[in-house]
Amino acid sequence: MNSLFEYVLRLGDDSLIVGHRLSEWCGHGPILEEDIAMTNLSLDFVGQATALYEYASEVEGKGRSADDLAFLRFDREYKNLILLEQPNGDFGMTMMRQFLFDAYRKPLFERLINSTDATISAIAAKSLKETKYHLKHSSEWIIRLGDGTEESHNRVQESLDTLWRYTSELFFEDDVDQELTLSGVIPSMEGIKEEWSAYVNKVLDLATLTIPTNNWEYEGGRLGMHSEHLGYILAELQYMQRAYPGMEW
Amino acid sequence: MTKKEWPLWEVFIRSKQGLSHKHVGSLRAADSEMAIENARDVYTRRSEGISIWVTESNNLFASNPSDADSLYEPSDSKVYRHPTFYDVPDGIEHM
Amino acid sequence: MKEQDISRLEQIFQEKIDNDIKIEPRDWMPDRYRQTLIRQISQHAHSEIVGMLPEGNWITRAPNLRRKAVLLAKVQDEAGHGLYLYSAAETLGADREQTIDDLHSGVAKYSSIFNYPTISWADMGAIGWLVDGAAIMNQVPLCRCSYGPYARAMVRVCKEESFHQRQGFEIMVNLMKGTPEQKAMAQDAFNRFWWPSLMMFGPSDADSKHTAQSVAWKIKRHTNDELRQMFVDATIPQAELIGLTIPDKDLKWNEERGHYDFGEINWDEFWQVVKGNGPCNKDRVDTRRKAKENGMWVREAANAYAEKRKVRKAS
Repeated sequence: MNSLFEYVLRLGDDSLIVGHRLSEWCGHGPILEEDIAMTNLSLDFVGQATALYEYASEVEGKGRSADDLAFLRFDREYKNLILLEQPNGDFGMTMMRQFLFDAYRKPLFERLINSTDATISAIAAKSLKETKYHLKHSSEWIIRLGDGTEESHNRVQESLDTLWRYTSELFFEDDVDQELTLSGVIPSMEGIKEEWSAYVNKVLDLATLTIPTNNWEYEGGRLGMHSEHLGYILAELQYMQRAYPGMEW
Repeated sequence: MTKKEWPLWEVFIRSKQGLSHKHVGSLRAADSEMAIENARDVYTRRSEGISIWVTESNNLFASNPSDADSLYEPSDSKVYRHPTFYDVPDGIEHM
Repeated sequence: MKEQDISRLEQIFQEKIDNDIKIEPRDWMPDRYRQTLIRQISQHAHSEIVGMLPEGNWITRAPNLRRKAVLLAKVQDEAGHGLYLYSAAETLGADREQTIDDLHSGVAKYSSIFNYPTISWADMGAIGWLVDGAAIMNQVPLCRCSYGPYARAMVRVCKEESFHQRQGFEIMVNLMKGTPEQKAMAQDAFNRFWWPSLMMFGPSDADSKHTAQSVAWKIKRHTNDELRQMFVDATIPQAELIGLTIPDKDLKWNEERGHYDFGEINWDEFWQVVKGNGPCNKDRVDTRRKAKENGMWVREAANAYAEKRKVRKAS
């Protein structure tokens, strides 16, 4: 297995899948301004996915294009976090998913800027700017909803309870990561979890939300073992490419 | 119960360093951070700005157009405020 | 106010219009001018917002990454344009919430074209090319509309929309260069969207009750039929260039007029859709209403939090 290819794919799949979920909101947001904001997030992620798949395609060197990677793999070949394929639910659920993810992506990209791999470093630098804004946006919403009305508090607490089980996977590491850490392509992941925990705790505290206990951990996305939701995402995402193979659009 | 919607904000954008902020429109937001972020997402999607001001619309006070005569016309006759009012002898170039 | 004062004000107002001086929000204006603008601007805003839905229908199924990004950006622009327009309507005293409630209750109208379903990817091409094309024909003259905030909003809208029509045409061009399935898909979309696009310019001048006054006030610069003719003349050569067949047996170039003659529009269908009996009227309005209802707790929470914060700051 080519670890670099695998790693870039994981990053790319995260962006693709969360971008896809966010794009489902377009036209359905809680207010026009937020509809536009969520579409901006989605566009950032589609852009990141494109850059990452282009690089993955180059690293793989087998003639599969960025679009081939995005649209023509089978379910078990997608390596995104299970958190990101979870359904949008209500706006609070979407923002909670976003918040938990953004809080992980920021310290990750901050470290990836120092990658010995120039392309990864460049993608991380560009994505970090976007991520900082995403995190600010999602954090503010978590605080507003958590410390808003009784209804909003209860709703977003429930979202936290639902999604928390998927957060241990954020820090999943296997041979792929270890190999790339050794070669300096990805800096040591040490400290990311601590940074994430500290930040998440701080914001949830301001939001008067409580981290659930006795939660089992649900992992497997990085190895292609997904929840039932991914299949339906792919059914839509891949529809055109599967129904009309090999055509130009 | 009537639901209270978010207040209206006026948005001003500086398109580049050295220019002043210019009114571009309005939007709805619950607080000032949100107003700035919404302004960024709504009014600078094509890199139209580098700095944003927002103010709640009800904090903005406007002159009354029917007073325009008394507010602005008096200065029309004060031509001495404009440099072209003054004669400069030939041969003087930069003044 | 005395009657003679009003007629004096009306005279000043009309002089401004005649001299192409823009009317600004706090200027005196006849109530009918205000009401006409509120109706037109809010209809226009609703059209942008409802117009997000038929294209939004394909965002998750866009065939590649580039198309997905372009479609997202385009639909997002429509949200932005709706917002600029609601914002222009608010300068006339039309509260956005009230305006939107009128849409949801069926009192306010929006462009009927969005009551047709998008059933294939080619519809993204047809909408961008034809529907945005027709919208641009309508909108460019509005940049010179007599009401300042509307004109300024339209300048922004037109600037941003320039890519919309091109991306739609590009989709059609690619399909027509493609496989037989793709060509059939493009022709089918063209067949379905051609006539509704012509209907976008509204009833013919003989049946249009608002046109004359709007032209006198320089809210409108051209009549419905003039704009429709401009659109037909501009679009036919584009369709022919990429090999599409125009679904109108009466269409022919009229040398004498220097324009295309085209067949009779099915006005019965037009009025049916306007009245709410189009294929998607109910879905579109229900979707928008649901979005508003589902977002209510979010908007309330943000208000509640903003209030709490004000109190905390003050203490």
